[in-house]
Amino acid sequence: MLTKVITAVTLSLAATVALATPQIQHWLAPSGARIYFVEDHGLPMLDVAVNFPAGSGFDTAGKVGVAHVTFGMLDLGAQELSEDDIARRLADIGAQLGGQYDSDRAGLSLRTLSNAKERDVALDILARCLQQPLFPEQVLAREKARLIASLKEAETQPESIADKAFGQAVFGVHPYGWRAEVADIEKIQRADLEGFYRAHYSAKRAVVALMGDVTREQAEVIAQQLTANLPRGEADARIAPVMIRIKPSEQRIAHPASQSHILIGTPGVARNDEDYFPLYVGNYILGGGGFVSRLMNEVREKRGLAYSVYSYFMPMQQPGAFQIGLQTKKEQADESLLLVRQTLRTFVDKGVTEKELRAAKQNIVGGFPLRIDSNKKIIDYLSVIGFYELPLTYLDDFTDRVEAVTTRQIRDAFKRRIDPDAMATVIVGAPEEKIEQKK
Amino acid sequence: MRVHLVAVALLLQVASVAQAQVYERTLSNGLKVIVKEDHRAPVLVQQVWYRAGSMDERTGVTGVAHVLEHMMFKGTKDVPRGEFSKVIAAAGGRENAFTSYDHTAYFQQLHKSKLPLAMKLESDRMHNLLMSEKEFAKEIKVVMEERRWRTDDEPRSLMFERLMAAAFQEHPYHNPVIGWMTDLQNMTAADALEWYQTWYAPNNATLVVAGDVRASEVFALAKRYYGAIPAGELPQRKEVGESVQLGIKRLTVKAPAELPFIVMAWQAPTLRDAEKDWKPYALDVLVGVLDGNSSARLNKSLVRDQQVAMDVGTGYDSVARGPGLFVIEATPREGKTVGDVEAALRAQLALLVRDGVNAEELQRVKAQVLAGEVYKRDSVFYQAMQIGMLESAGMSHKDIPVMLQKLQEVTAQQVQDAARELFNDDHLTVATLDPQPLPDKPKANRGAAHAH
Repeated sequence: MLTKVITAVTLSLAATVALATPQIQHWLAPSGARIYFVEDHGLPMLDVAVNFPAGSGFDTAGKVGVAHVTFGMLDLGAQELSEDDIARRLADIGAQLGGQYDSDRAGLSLRTLSNAKERDVALDILARCLQQPLFPEQVLAREKARLIASLKEAETQPESIADKAFGQAVFGVHPYGWRAEVADIEKIQRADLEGFYRAHYSAKRAVVALMGDVTREQAEVIAQQLTANLPRGEADARIAPVMIRIKPSEQRIAHPASQSHILIGTPGVARNDEDYFPLYVGNYILGGGGFVSRLMNEVREKRGLAYSVYSYFMPMQQPGAFQIGLQTKKEQADESLLLVRQTLRTFVDKGVTEKELRAAKQNIVGGFPLRIDSNKKIIDYLSVIGFYELPLTYLDDFTDRVEAVTTRQIRDAFKRRIDPDAMATVIVGAPEEKIEQKK
Repeated sequence: MRVHLVAVALLLQVASVAQAQVYERTLSNGLKVIVKEDHRAPVLVQQVWYRAGSMDERTGVTGVAHVLEHMMFKGTKDVPRGEFSKVIAAAGGRENAFTSYDHTAYFQQLHKSKLPLAMKLESDRMHNLLMSEKEFAKEIKVVMEERRWRTDDEPRSLMFERLMAAAFQEHPYHNPVIGWMTDLQNMTAADALEWYQTWYAPNNATLVVAGDVRASEVFALAKRYYGAIPAGELPQRKEVGESVQLGIKRLTVKAPAELPFIVMAWQAPTLRDAEKDWKPYALDVLVGVLDGNSSARLNKSLVRDQQVAMDVGTGYDSVARGPGLFVIEATPREGKTVGDVEAALRAQLALLVRDGVNAEELQRVKAQVLAGEVYKRDSVFYQAMQIGMLESAGMSHKDIPVMLQKLQEVTAQQVQDAARELFNDDHLTVATLDPQPLPDKPKANRGAAHAH
């Protein structure tokens, strides 16, 4: 009780925050899978997420899209269960099956009531989807057709066109820049999925996160149940290095949309990089901090040029993208582009002020409780901590790491990472006269 | 079956206990204050809901509710432009606002110790907003960019906008929340100010606070910060309706896209009396029967078995100030037309109207509703949202357990009866997206990277 009274009168936010950090339990299952568990009986429910290094970054040349289709088919038929059985039996108990898929990760997640009656059914289905997916031929044919149609649709929409061109410009031939084409999907065979699954969904590479209303003993049983029959392989979990330095480029792509979609960027930072916190805090000031960022202030607040303007680092196993993005009507695209480039250049050259840094820390540190205020948010952190093998104290240390960032570190990290003269720029729906000139 | 009934009873109990932690008080100036205590994490959310949305707008000034929402961040006499957001950010908070047909709401999410700060700022802009011509001139440009981004360049949003305009001819749901572009171009700071002066008053608002708070303390703080704001004289609200449609309506929207798309929307009732109504509950269940999981009727038949559609979806909001629409949308598979999809959809609906729903389907939907009631408690924000939406629609947070109970009581016969009445062609609007190829297939430019 005494600590509580003291906390109430202490002005230091860090002190109040530290109390709220969830206790993460970690162990290796007999299967070899890495388990991360937070026990919490506040609500009668359980969240589970099982992830593998099996994202698009593990596609191989000539077989682009296999990772995505493998992931998409996990819950469309598994050991004695048709896709309809899976969907209906989960619905019968109100359980929700979802998934995560990006360049690094692929996996399934489950939310269920924690009553044994519901929980056991839900976990049994999840266990089968993870360990005995069937990849039925007929379902594959249908899913390929759906994916192909959505790719064709994406080729007409400015946001998707921009994303694809940006990925290619920033990552070149690296898998982070690959986007499946219609022809890639067409040639995918069931054997490709089987092979990819066996190579990348192995027990030793599995990361299981559990959050909610079960005991440690139950969690141990569940973790083993979900991973014991996974493939035995030990595929390389590393993705090829990203080329950090890119040549400057500018692509202007015609589109009848009323707005230009502008993306500017370069490879950024890896998840376990020393520079991560300085870049994260710095980017809050540049374009990550909602209404109070420099980009927002220059582009929207001062000039009304765009509704949304942002910047972010996507920390991945290898350096993911640093990206600035905005949309503005065609007539003001060049003005906006110039402004954004100037803002970035000033930021990289001069860095941030002490006042800006203080404000950023106040928000990130003071807002820390909001990052872990639900089971959903906590399990997402468990998955990331487990997948990237971050310290178990990551959440405990988070605010200290942010507090430790200096203006000098930010300037130094940006200078080394972000060269305003070597950025990839993509403008979809570019002003017409400029396209003519460039041809 | 017995086991299941016990589980249902338990869950209903969980839900009613949760709802018991909701407290309500109305200040003397008419501000209704609702507190949902939830002590799982040391955080809170404050939401202020104004009962003024785009449906309260007049011809020529559509979009003004939303424009004013933007202007609410532009400062008061004590809190200069940009300061509101800075102060909330420095307190570790997240904030934003949203406007819909029925309401406009503002929120901040913060550590539990920061409620006085949030109340001080939010109460200040309830009655002290400055309307600067200069700020308006910039912000209206931002809103026009938002319209281009959300609607004009988004084929499906554009189509939905035109569908609403066709389905509603009398009711102001006819107009898009973001406003017609012409109205935005002609809007003035005076329009926004008039809106503010008309609707922004404590007696037209609901304050919802949810999280790690004590209701008594919230009431005391609310009285301190909001209590002195004078009540406004609200204009008399005219009841607006929508006549029964007298025949099918069809429209086409052409936009740059690859795939066609079809939306079918039927006139539907919305909840007026949580206790006595039954049709909106039956329609909620109908949504689940058609589309509640990936093997529910529509996805199973159209996407998986017949493979006539790429995807299909169903939507219906039972809670609204105005009349409702029951919406089904689908994307034809390559080689299939919107006509093929419409025919396949109609066949499924006819089957349902003829044979009804089976006990298994009904039970499945109810189980999902109950589980959802538990999952909902993982989000303090959503719990506050649900209260605010109900209150803004003229209902009460006390209806939440009633609605849950009523959903459990829906019978197969009611679903069939409601479906039979609903799926009447005379009350139907069908919109199709006619995809237009890009004039200059971007291949010519693409891939041609230019070095500086």
